[in-house]
Amino acid sequence: MSESVRPAATEWSDDEVMLRDMVKRFAAKEVAPLVSKMDKEGKMDGSMLKQLFEAGFMGVEVEDKYGGGEMSFTQTCIVVEELSKVDASVSLVVDIHNTLNNRVVERWGTDSQKSKWLSQMATTSLSSFCLSEASSGSDAFALKTTAKQQGDHYVLNGSKMWISNAAEADVFILFATVDESLRHKGITAFILDAKQPGVHVGKKEDKLGIRASSTCEVRFDDVKVAKDAVLGSPGEGYRIAIQALNEGRIGAEAGMFLSMRDSQLLCSSFFSFSDQASDSLCLHGEQFGKPISEFQGLQFQVAEVCAELEAAKVLVYNAARLKDSGAPFVKEAAIAKLISSKTSEKVASKCVEWMGGVGFTTDYAVEKYFRDSKIGQIYEGTTNIHLQTIWKLIEKEYA
Amino acid sequence: MSLSRVLVGVKRVVDYAVKIRVKPDGSGVDKTNVKMSMNPFCEIAVEESVRLKERGLAQEVVAMTIGPSQNMDTIRTALAMGADRGIHVVCDQDLEPLAVSKVFQAVVQKETPQAVILGKQAIDDDCNQTGQMLAGLLDWPQGTFLSKLEVENDALKVTREVDGGLETLNLSIPAVLTCDLRLNEPRYASLPNIMKAKRKPVESIPVADLGVDIKSHLDVLRIEETPKRQGGGKVESVAELVDKLKNEAGVI
Repeated sequence: MSESVRPAATEWSDDEVMLRDMVKRFAAKEVAPLVSKMDKEGKMDGSMLKQLFEAGFMGVEVEDKYGGGEMSFTQTCIVVEELSKVDASVSLVVDIHNTLNNRVVERWGTDSQKSKWLSQMATTSLSSFCLSEASSGSDAFALKTTAKQQGDHYVLNGSKMWISNAAEADVFILFATVDESLRHKGITAFILDAKQPGVHVGKKEDKLGIRASSTCEVRFDDVKVAKDAVLGSPGEGYRIAIQALNEGRIGAEAGMFLSMRDSQLLCSSFFSFSDQASDSLCLHGEQFGKPISEFQGLQFQVAEVCAELEAAKVLVYNAARLKDSGAPFVKEAAIAKLISSKTSEKVASKCVEWMGGVGFTTDYAVEKYFRDSKIGQIYEGTTNIHLQTIWKLIEKEYA
Repeated sequence: MSLSRVLVGVKRVVDYAVKIRVKPDGSGVDKTNVKMSMNPFCEIAVEESVRLKERGLAQEVVAMTIGPSQNMDTIRTALAMGADRGIHVVCDQDLEPLAVSKVFQAVVQKETPQAVILGKQAIDDDCNQTGQMLAGLLDWPQGTFLSKLEVENDALKVTREVDGGLETLNLSIPAVLTCDLRLNEPRYASLPNIMKAKRKPVESIPVADLGVDIKSHLDVLRIEETPKRQGGGKVESVAELVDKLKNEAGVI
């Protein structure tokens, strides 16, 4: 291939093809049979997490010496995409753990913290990112959880809300303030054992979609942690979290964490539906004596949805490849999340319509896709937050 | 006892989930832009070999494939599942089972494995001949259609699925084994192992270098699609059914 010819974002390397095949098989064989049960019970199957770790899905990019796969971000996207096609809850577990928590520890952890935590996170221990509180969601830095230094340790007190996977997590990454008067400069990141005394995981929220992924309140009552539980330096939590969550206020490099996660999450929300569009029963049904796929009115709807899906997919993988090559990608990632979360909801909604009455019943998967799709525009940066990010970058370009 | 080396064959075939299309001129199956994968029975053979190694019953697992450059994917899959190294016999023509057996024989003479483990057949041509022919050429004992493999003292104790039930044999080593569906359930190559597979050695050998006669002895006259299933009909009563079976189908 000539130097001037570059592969397309959706052209896959041999490694990527092999990985995709493997995840696809895993999803069809191990995840698919449990999807409906997990959705109904609102609970992750007991064996699922263990299998995700054994397959290496929980440490996709983590270095080999910590037991990870040392793969690329694009490869993480492929894992999440293939799992999402089968179940958005399972893919969310993999997604958050890899693109947020593993990355924070990898980026900010000392060698000894990485040996202790990252090696378990890549192989056995699920983690949660504890930032949001009752009064701080999109404005996460108004947090009230405190960390008081007492001698050689910290005492943590406070309450976190909407913590994904908290019910099953073994490790928490927690943001708390060492001094409220310092405002955002007091925020400090901690990594701790989720099972230690004083940590209380509250009841699971009963949700519209992604029901098998737990979302809980987590309370910290006089939780004692050693100084080496601090990720980065005291007061640096703001930077860590902002890098992880809110690139709108900072430069491109610093903002990459959120975007990575965003393009990731959009995968979850969007990819769940890509197979449905082409494959839903609608194309086989009959009305007025002929297959409904022969009606132009339906043909055009399907064609349009497929076009939008393709556009979203290109946006996602283009953002992922920009990240892998070290190029700026914050705006592209925000655009990808914005468009694909909307696309996924539209596709799921259309699939329900096209299938008619049966699409509305729980006997077919599409109503679940429809329910699962709604979270795409809410979690990890709402649609409005992404619009704001995109606007701020436009403003900067034209300033 | 531990086998010093196991040679396991892996064939690249049209993926089992692909709907096969016959070329319009009837000369063969259309493989352009078709997804290819490792033959499922070969996966079982790799899994069994790797398990032997994990149980300390084999020291080295060598995966071997015959075919064009794309077969490297198949070797890499075997390495990701746990084989230690690969041998890729590069050959651009389709080989029939006798030629495949001869190529294996040449590699066996070079590698001196104590067991050759193969799938019982490949899902493309369904020949089910290579293992048997290879055992004949090598004058080794053979255990085919295995549903269980144990290593006992200095012998291989194999359970075979035969028409009348299960047959258990003791084979002296070296031996040729072929795997049936129920022998094991192949693992997923974990992500770290997919990456490690890249660093494992693969030796490429042009088929001509083996000095083996791979001339074809069979002519394929024509490949046809199986006839399309005709839609059925409904009957109103038992009497009508009997009448149709007698007078229309002529089967009673």
